Amino acid sequence: MSAFSVLFRREMRLAMRQSADSFMVIGFFVIAVVLFPFGVGPEPNMLARIGPGVIWVAALLAAMLSMDRMFMGDYEDGSLELLVLSPVALELVVCVKVLTHWLTTGLPLILTAPLLFVMMNVPGEIWLVLLLTLVLGTPVLSLLGSVGAALTLGARRGGVLLSLLVLPLLIPVLIFAVGAGDAVLFGNGAKANLMLLGGMLLGALALTPWVTAHALREAVA
Amino acid sequence: MAVFSGRHIDCIRGERQVLSAAAFSLESGGALMLRGINGAGKSTMLRLMAGLMRPVSGVITWDGVDISDDPQEHNARLAYVGHADAVKPALSVLENVTFWSKLAGAGGMDASDALAALGIGHLTDLPARYLSAGQRRRVNLTRALTSGAELWLLDEPTTALDAATAEALTSLIERHLKSGGMAVVSTHAELGLAETGTLTLGGTA
Amino acid sequence: MLHYFANPTRFQRLSRRVEPWLLAAMLVCFGAGLYFALFSSPVDYQQGHTVRIMYIHVPAAWMALFCYTAMAVSAAVALIWKHALADVAAKATAPIGAAFTFLALVTGSLWGKPMWGTWWVWDARLTSVLVLFFLYLGYMALRDAFDEPGRGARASAILVLVGFVNVPIIKFSVDWWNTLHQPSSVLRMDGPTIHPDMLTPLFLMAAAFQFYYFWLVLLRIRRELMVNRTRALRHRQASA
Repeated sequence: MSAFSVLFRREMRLAMRQSADSFMVIGFFVIAVVLFPFGVGPEPNMLARIGPGVIWVAALLAAMLSMDRMFMGDYEDGSLELLVLSPVALELVVCVKVLTHWLTTGLPLILTAPLLFVMMNVPGEIWLVLLLTLVLGTPVLSLLGSVGAALTLGARRGGVLLSLLVLPLLIPVLIFAVGAGDAVLFGNGAKANLMLLGGMLLGALALTPWVTAHALREAVA
Repeated sequence: MAVFSGRHIDCIRGERQVLSAAAFSLESGGALMLRGINGAGKSTMLRLMAGLMRPVSGVITWDGVDISDDPQEHNARLAYVGHADAVKPALSVLENVTFWSKLAGAGGMDASDALAALGIGHLTDLPARYLSAGQRRRVNLTRALTSGAELWLLDEPTTALDAATAEALTSLIERHLKSGGMAVVSTHAELGLAETGTLTLGGTA
Repeated sequence: MLHYFANPTRFQRLSRRVEPWLLAAMLVCFGAGLYFALFSSPVDYQQGHTVRIMYIHVPAAWMALFCYTAMAVSAAVALIWKHALADVAAKATAPIGAAFTFLALVTGSLWGKPMWGTWWVWDARLTSVLVLFFLYLGYMALRDAFDEPGRGARASAILVLVGFVNVPIIKFSVDWWNTLHQPSSVLRMDGPTIHPDMLTPLFLMAAAFQFYYFWLVLLRIRRELMVNRTRALRHRQASA
């Protein structure tokens, strides 16, 4: 069996047996969005205007919520040292961790999003584009989050610090994702925005596993 | 016949000099006991040998090649058993052990055999959250047996083990040495291994 | 050459000799720069006296980028060659860079109110400089978050390098996007587009800021080295 599938099956098994974590992320996502109609008033046009942005920001925060757990368990019980010392490339371990994180947070967020589109009165013609931005954007959250999670291992108040470090770097993703919806509404087409998001995803995919692996080696040294 | 050795090893941990000018040499079939009081640098020495840390100065070599030249290759020949047991409570005992043996690649003892050899063969299907400290320790040690690694680095392996299991461990290490392996063991207790070298660390601390 | 100055004692001796000169150069440039900026430079035909904010705002923004770049270079040297002095230099630069960034944001805001009618707009240039400010804060927070200083130093060095992607984005944000912030008028391929009478005070102020940075960073590095030495002595005390 290949190293990838050995790692992947272990991660999925661990995630499945702690599936409450995933539901908590979804719960946070929904509640954070639901607060807005109370905060800014339930006027449908207003909600439709701010809906995509609110949903994206909530998704960002929800993804951050589970980010610090990415390596924490392995760091605390000594598994991380052994993963660093295993004959398998650490970059591969990182990729598997990121993939599992995305499957247990990013994917559920995408699946929940349509429900929130309805509740926030988001216009039907931008649903597809917004879902596409989530598909392209949430993996970037997991990838960049992995860098932050690795850097803050063993730090005091690691979770808060992680958000402080990673959220500013995610601003471009937010801008272009929400911009895609606006572009469709203004009749410009979202192709440019989606291409940029795709570019960010490819860039993150190429660089972050390497940076994260380096940060993990430092964390156990 | 492989040679694992280190020369003039200095190491600073935190801001404290833990090792200064330490040296060792080990050949296939040989074992090295690390001794010294708490804080003398035994664990640090093992972590340096594993390649988790790099010495500030000095060099650790395998057959004359610096181990930091190709960490991946060094990883493939070593099994490290540290203080933390790396046992996932959500997985069963067997799942815990087979994950690491598959990751290390084939070549070692079969997982169930290894568990039996350390006296926990009856626990294979139990979720690891029900294990005692001593049982977790044994699960951790199983990883060395199943890895098929040439070099065992064991940090205080007898902690939380009863006398009978410690003896079983000693004979397992002896078997490993007879088949051409090497072992570096940090310990307070006497393991009763035949012919071993000893490295005493930290005269000053 | 790097290794020649790596020796902390030699560095201390050298920096103590250079500091007074830097201080003097800074004071001269500030004096001349402020005179030209406030009295002798022309009033803009559109902006009136408000244009004088430029002589603080633009050099501060340049320094914000310069400091981050200096930090990134130091961090890379510290990570690759395990160069202790480079690491100290990165640490010493961070708060200075954060202060310049803050100054650029505040003066920009003061300038924006009369020009654009608002204190703040969310255009690409302002947003990316704000992110730069957060990166400085994140660096300092991460660096401080560990009980073992070495771990904080290495982790934050990696963060600085990751955040460096933001620097070209800031520089070119006004060219890539159609923003409210005006495009660069000094540092451009086809030569500056602003009046030479404005260029003189601008460069004088920029030089003053630059000297100020070098003077302050040397002071801070020396202080950091002394703190390190005190700590080393404490450790020796503990293990004696």
